[in-house]
Amino acid sequence: MKTKLRLWAASTAAMLVCLTSIHADPAVAEDKLKIGLVFFLSGPGAAYGSHARDGAKLIAEALNAAKVPAPYDKAGINGLRIEPVFVDEAGGAQKQLAEYRRLVESEKVDMVIGYNSSADCNAIAPVAEELQVLTDFFHCGNPQLFEDIVTAPEYSVRTAPTGTMDQVAAAKYLLEKMPAIKSVSGINQDYSWGQDSWTEFKAAMSALKPDIQYPAGLFTKLGTSDYGAEISALLSSPADALFSSFWGGDADAFALQASTRGLTEKSKFVLTMGTGIIDDLGEKTIVGSIFGARGPHGYFARKTPLADWFKAEYLKTYHRVPPFGAYAAAQGIFGIKAAYEKAAAGLAGKLKTEAVIAALKGLTFETASGFPITMANNNGHQAIQATAYGVYAGWDKAKNEAIVTDIKVYPAECVNPPNGVRAVDWIKSGFKGAKC
Amino acid sequence: MGTLSAIIVDAASFSAWLFLVAVGLTLIFGVLRLLNIAHGAFYSVGAYAAIYAIGASVALGWGTALQLAAALGAASVIGALIGLLVERCVLLRLYGHPEPLVLIATYALFLVLDDLTKMISGGRSLYAAQPRDNLGQIAIGGLQYPTYDIALIGVSLMVAAAAWYTLNRTRLGRCVTAVVFDSEISAAMGIHVGRIKTGTFIVGSVLGCIAGALTAPKIAVSPGIGVEVIVIAFAVVVVGGLGSIPGALLGAAIVGLARAVTAHLMPEVEVFAVYFAMVAVLAVRPHGLLAPVAARRI
Repeated sequence: MKTKLRLWAASTAAMLVCLTSIHADPAVAEDKLKIGLVFFLSGPGAAYGSHARDGAKLIAEALNAAKVPAPYDKAGINGLRIEPVFVDEAGGAQKQLAEYRRLVESEKVDMVIGYNSSADCNAIAPVAEELQVLTDFFHCGNPQLFEDIVTAPEYSVRTAPTGTMDQVAAAKYLLEKMPAIKSVSGINQDYSWGQDSWTEFKAAMSALKPDIQYPAGLFTKLGTSDYGAEISALLSSPADALFSSFWGGDADAFALQASTRGLTEKSKFVLTMGTGIIDDLGEKTIVGSIFGARGPHGYFARKTPLADWFKAEYLKTYHRVPPFGAYAAAQGIFGIKAAYEKAAAGLAGKLKTEAVIAALKGLTFETASGFPITMANNNGHQAIQATAYGVYAGWDKAKNEAIVTDIKVYPAECVNPPNGVRAVDWIKSGFKGAKC
Repeated sequence: MGTLSAIIVDAASFSAWLFLVAVGLTLIFGVLRLLNIAHGAFYSVGAYAAIYAIGASVALGWGTALQLAAALGAASVIGALIGLLVERCVLLRLYGHPEPLVLIATYALFLVLDDLTKMISGGRSLYAAQPRDNLGQIAIGGLQYPTYDIALIGVSLMVAAAAWYTLNRTRLGRCVTAVVFDSEISAAMGIHVGRIKTGTFIVGSVLGCIAGALTAPKIAVSPGIGVEVIVIAFAVVVVGGLGSIPGALLGAAIVGLARAVTAHLMPEVEVFAVYFAMVAVLAVRPHGLLAPVAARRI
């Protein structure tokens, strides 16, 4: 009996030690979780960032009110009320570094979710590691973040797939639609997102069809208004297809100007962020263009109770279908919530950051698009997800929404590099290990 | 031949747009010695005003001419009101203060106006391409160009001519020139320097808004469109010479040509070329190509 009692006492003590080790210091425990949410709220990026802010706000409020369907029906995050602190991402990396330190040291946030610009992600990640703050880079797409900048992340995570997925799936889809294609030109924004997108897309196309030609690869400054010269250059030697990773106002302006000048009749448009153009231009969108959404968002979303709720709630609140920025922000919060509650294992209260990150590694969680995300790469700090492409076929005036045809979904393991393999190396290897 | 004609047309079209954007900026600097960063916000406000005016005109069934007139009218009225408010409420208190202080004040105004437009219009892109679409296309050298874009070349030249004539051939222009050279002597000669400064600032802001209004049918108007514009407008006026309207025309032509040539022939250096042109000109002529000769006061 004594032995049994000793065993019971020892095991109880061990359990208490374990639980104490993942829970924060009770002296500082509170009933709220303060989250820094960093999105572009001004400048050219606001066309995208304001959607992310709207999505995050909606999700935070709905979670606090326990109005989100399963599997996120528990109030807040592990019962802790979410207190969002919104910060504008505009202003450049130096400003963001100062803002990040302010969030951590002055606002005392428990974690940060945000950053769309690859340049900002690259700048913030080393500081996140230094300050040991869980930071979810919710939507920047550069593979370099965990390939070159922070190669052994401990506190930095990314709950969105890299842009590699977009480029690989775009190349595959284009070749399926146009197997006899001979040439592709590109026009992209002149910063890391645009440069990486064009490099990866070209590598993917060449891997799939080695004799493909690239007559023009143009880069324009972010925020350019007039694309007359670029459109003339593209019209002078038109390629069979035109690839672009433009987003925000740039994408809209280019689509309007290219359409007016007949470029869309000469080249098939492949727009990795094209759903943003549909969101903004509606029926002025280029009919016949191939478009993606940085994931299976918006028109590609699957019908699940969670996806249907998100779409309906966003529509009710903001009087429009959710743009993909809203989906990205939602999945960023959902990923953290899923990890937090997994780590808590049913026990209420605040957890240590390390416990949440440990729970996030390898975790598969549900998203508002209906396609789950798995934290599969870079030691469980980098997400992979299925993606989809389709064709914009026109505008349904009765339903006031786009008609999208030929939707094809690519499994996550088909269009994302395997764990431990650099994106460009994987593409150049002919997608070795891809499961399509 | 096809490429050459495309370069010429693209350069002319882009230069025309650049001049429209830069003329108000250089006019304000010429008279008030004020680097007005808020000019980018004036452009943005004008573009939004045009979007709403064209939208309302289309809803009323008005034709292209009336749509454009409504856009220009709305932009002009709003530009005049904002110009008056900014000059009377902010700049009037800063005349005579160090230039960096005024520069920071106009930058603050830029941010305020930019945020105000975003608060009113939201983060969503808006467009009103009807006037541009209605005017159709014109074929030049085998390529199709929107007639609207080509017409803007004429509009730009007309603005340049009107500005030159007003400044050089009218009594008002002579008064402005006098204020530019010496405001104290001008005041002693009976010129109302305050009114000249206020009037010039209002005209500059109206020109900024009109540039935005004329650009609106070409683009999707979204938050932050003034940021890129103010950067490139500065490049233009610095190349031509701060404060010189012929200089702005020349600067626009040089920057426009640099961009069109590189877009067609060396796309990999296109972004670099525009600012390289600026650096090259400044290295040879630090005050720009046609900067007004400044008398040294002792």
